[in-house]
Amino acid sequence: MNVTRRDFFKITGASAAGAAILGLGLDLKPLKSHAQTLKLRFAKETTTICCYCGVGCGLICSTGEAGAGKIINIEGDPDHPINEGSLCAKGAALSQLVNNDSRLTTPMYRAPYSTEWQKVSWDWALWTIAKRIKKTRDESFEQKNAKGQVVNRTTAIANVGSAALDNEECWLIQGLMRSLGLVYIEHQARI
Amino acid sequence: MTNHWIDLKNSDCILIMGSNAAANHPISFKWVTEAMKRGGKLISVDPRFTQTSSKADFYAALRSGTDIAFLGGMIKYILDNNKYFTEYVAEYTNAGFIIADAFAFNDGLFSGYDSKGRKYDKSTWAFVKDEKGIPKKDRSLQDPHCVLQLLKKHYSRYDLDTVSTITGTPKQDLQTVYEMYASTGQPGKAGTIMYAMGWTQHTVGVQNIRTMAMIQLLLGNMGVAGGGVNALRGESNVQGSTDQCILFHIWPGYLKTPKASQPTLAVYNEQSTPKTSDPLSANWWGNYSKYSVSLLKSFFGDKATKENDFGFNWLPKIDDGKTYSWLDIFDAMYKGQFKGFFAWGQNPAASGANANKNRTAMTKLDWMVNVNIFDNETGSFWKGPGMDPKKIKTEVFMLPCSVSVEKEGSITNSGRWMQWRYKAANPPGQAWSDGDILIQLGKKLKYLYKQDKDAVFPEPIVNLKWDYTKHGEFDAHAMAKEINGYFLKDVTIKGTLYKKGDLVPSFAFLQNDGSTSSANWLYCNSYTGKGNMAARREREKSGIGLNLGWAWCWPVNRRIIYNRASVDKYGKPWDKERPVVAWDPNAGGGKGGWVGDVPDGGWPPMLKADGTPNPATKYPFIMKPEGHAHIFGPGMADGPFPEHYEPMECPVEKNFLSSQRVNPVAPTYGTEMDIYKSCDPKFPFVGTTYRVCEHWQTGVMTRWQPWLLEAQPQVFVEMSQELAKMRGIKNGDKVIVESGRGKLEAVAMVTIRFRPFEIQGTTVHEVGLPWHFGWVHPKDGGESANVLTPSTGDPNTRIPETKAFMVNVRKA
Repeated sequence: MNVTRRDFFKITGASAAGAAILGLGLDLKPLKSHAQTLKLRFAKETTTICCYCGVGCGLICSTGEAGAGKIINIEGDPDHPINEGSLCAKGAALSQLVNNDSRLTTPMYRAPYSTEWQKVSWDWALWTIAKRIKKTRDESFEQKNAKGQVVNRTTAIANVGSAALDNEECWLIQGLMRSLGLVYIEHQARI
Repeated sequence: MTNHWIDLKNSDCILIMGSNAAANHPISFKWVTEAMKRGGKLISVDPRFTQTSSKADFYAALRSGTDIAFLGGMIKYILDNNKYFTEYVAEYTNAGFIIADAFAFNDGLFSGYDSKGRKYDKSTWAFVKDEKGIPKKDRSLQDPHCVLQLLKKHYSRYDLDTVSTITGTPKQDLQTVYEMYASTGQPGKAGTIMYAMGWTQHTVGVQNIRTMAMIQLLLGNMGVAGGGVNALRGESNVQGSTDQCILFHIWPGYLKTPKASQPTLAVYNEQSTPKTSDPLSANWWGNYSKYSVSLLKSFFGDKATKENDFGFNWLPKIDDGKTYSWLDIFDAMYKGQFKGFFAWGQNPAASGANANKNRTAMTKLDWMVNVNIFDNETGSFWKGPGMDPKKIKTEVFMLPCSVSVEKEGSITNSGRWMQWRYKAANPPGQAWSDGDILIQLGKKLKYLYKQDKDAVFPEPIVNLKWDYTKHGEFDAHAMAKEINGYFLKDVTIKGTLYKKGDLVPSFAFLQNDGSTSSANWLYCNSYTGKGNMAARREREKSGIGLNLGWAWCWPVNRRIIYNRASVDKYGKPWDKERPVVAWDPNAGGGKGGWVGDVPDGGWPPMLKADGTPNPATKYPFIMKPEGHAHIFGPGMADGPFPEHYEPMECPVEKNFLSSQRVNPVAPTYGTEMDIYKSCDPKFPFVGTTYRVCEHWQTGVMTRWQPWLLEAQPQVFVEMSQELAKMRGIKNGDKVIVESGRGKLEAVAMVTIRFRPFEIQGTTVHEVGLPWHFGWVHPKDGGESANVLTPSTGDPNTRIPETKAFMVNVRKA
């Protein structure tokens, strides 16, 4: 069928009558039908690509209150040529990754020999990390190696990750680490 | 993947080996199923009868770590029975190339082995060249020193009896797989391979894949629809993160990390650029300097000038011959070399081989930065099993980050499709995107280095181009445009004026004089004057599934790479039903041109319509200096032809094929936590690891989700009924799985999916565990299977050998 999902809804209307044409049947429970239309009427839809395996399935995120609110639904994108709407167990559960009370929401710091985390501000965390980097780098920096060849590097800091990041973020990571002189730069692709 | 997911539907025979695609890449099966509906056959080869096996037309079992023996037997079958695609092999591969007399192979070792250094001098693995420097060829493939004849000799030892006694696969099953798969050697037929970590995570990982690549070349399956060598990548952007080269040995776009022996950009470019004397070879890497200079312009912007070698020496160099890989990092960390460590979106305390060594190594750090969505075994290593926080000095910064739908940017799937994602919601609490964390950290570092007059070598940090922001926040579009690249001054190319600040239309326009930038030449063409190509959403209405208008694909939107090998020397597709590209003599106003996919270069076919050679043509394998695909691979660390070696830990005293039991150049490590146990009665069973559909990698993202955790709540160890009976274990019992390096408790899953193997006349059992669990959460979920796995790996890539090791299993 050469009709996209959006075209299809334009044709049928996002109504109970449309739902019947969708093949959901005439004995559709009114409540279910109502929920379906609510999502379409009020939600902002954005497309995304699944964050798990490398197949690259398309999904549609529905966000409440014109995008300012929470994710209220994530489902397979029927217009996506690879998955055509279908998803695996992980992809189908994606909203539980986003809306999850166990997520980290504050920067945390564990001091040497401490038995616990303490919450810290971004400003403190990033300034402290930047100072640690600078001190370690400057103290360990090798302008020449044992053979006297110019190497301009530090071998006292290592970086791993990440294939979980976007391409643009991946470039930033290697760009920042290489400009600092790191040579121990690795990530998931190696394992 | 040389091809892409939808293209699986075009295959006549799909071999899934080293992968359980049905469970771990489930949507791939949509297209496997399409192929089967058209009459295509599915073969599953795996130590365990998996979900993939249950859908297959034929299943064969093999012992973990014996894939080269299995596939080497297939090469012998193809050659003995003349099942190879003669014209393709003779014209497009190096099968006819003459190899130096000095090349030899004896009892498991190739010529040039240095037993002290455990490495090869590869100088004898060489092509004989004529007076012009062009490799000598015998396209009739009869010369006794040509690659095909050497190949025949090498694999003559891989007869069915030998292969069966190594792999444990019954001879009849080997025969059936060989016959089914070799049927794709006919012109117009396509066979494909779907593999994953079941092939890479071995001391012979690269050679596992090379053996199959050689089979694909022999059968003419490269470049065609429904063919190719297809790695099923396990992470949504592991293709992209590899392309951006967060790896020690490569710079963005697979350029080489400079070595200490390369003092100037000129030397670096010269040594990195392959040469050819053959006018028919495109030798695409001949453009190397255009890509490296454009990359340096993206790194340092206006600060990179001809006078300062474009900032070449501002970037760090690695010592010649030394590796700085994952295994090396944790070995050096264990020995106390590092003070600082970053782990972004990664959980090495559970994901790396020999996890106990890695966790101990972390106690030797002064500071660690861990960026993640959830608490995990890495950030909280200091309170893990066996740790006393009061004795651990490491400072840890745990930074909360966005999930994928809370930021904007692109990811690249296994089929090399770069697809754009939009932001749907804000991150919770104070979580930030990784991009924002990086930008802000970089700004602070730049400030510190500008302020400090005594700062050591501040130039690279101060001069790093870091303007990828909009309203103070990370702007993925700005970075994506830089990755594509800009013209940095007005230039006229082929009569068209490109203004300073214009986006470069494709990498063919990049220059080595500083007039262009491109942070990754391979992605040049992805964000152009036509817009953000990764965001395109035009589906193919008819055709073979290329979907040229959907998103974007590297290189230059080519969906099937090596596609000029899908046609004969006149440019006519081998497969008339499923053409990838075809030469249309009437296209381009009668000049002729390619139709279909973006061709691997626009040069005309090798022969003119009248059958005479066309001097304007180029050989189809444009990334190889000789223009021909490598059946003989002189660049490998462990030999130009793959050879079977046992895993570093194995159940047999002797390699049945030679005196070299294990890969003679595989790396091992020497700390007290690096223990290797072969043929040790304390660890009698082969162990392997795998994944389940409901969890992902170390489980950091999935263990915290109620639906997924309910479906797969804890670690289990799967074993045969025979093994269970021998050990007095019942399905559901708590058992201990133990290797030389660690142990964990697991639930016994006794099934008929594992069966004992008959290896060299004795019975060998194999067990398998998922590696998705860890002590942080859930509390009764069990430990990472990587506490069992060894610190060894492939000598080419140093990917750890986590798919074959030795364990014991007993009741808890």
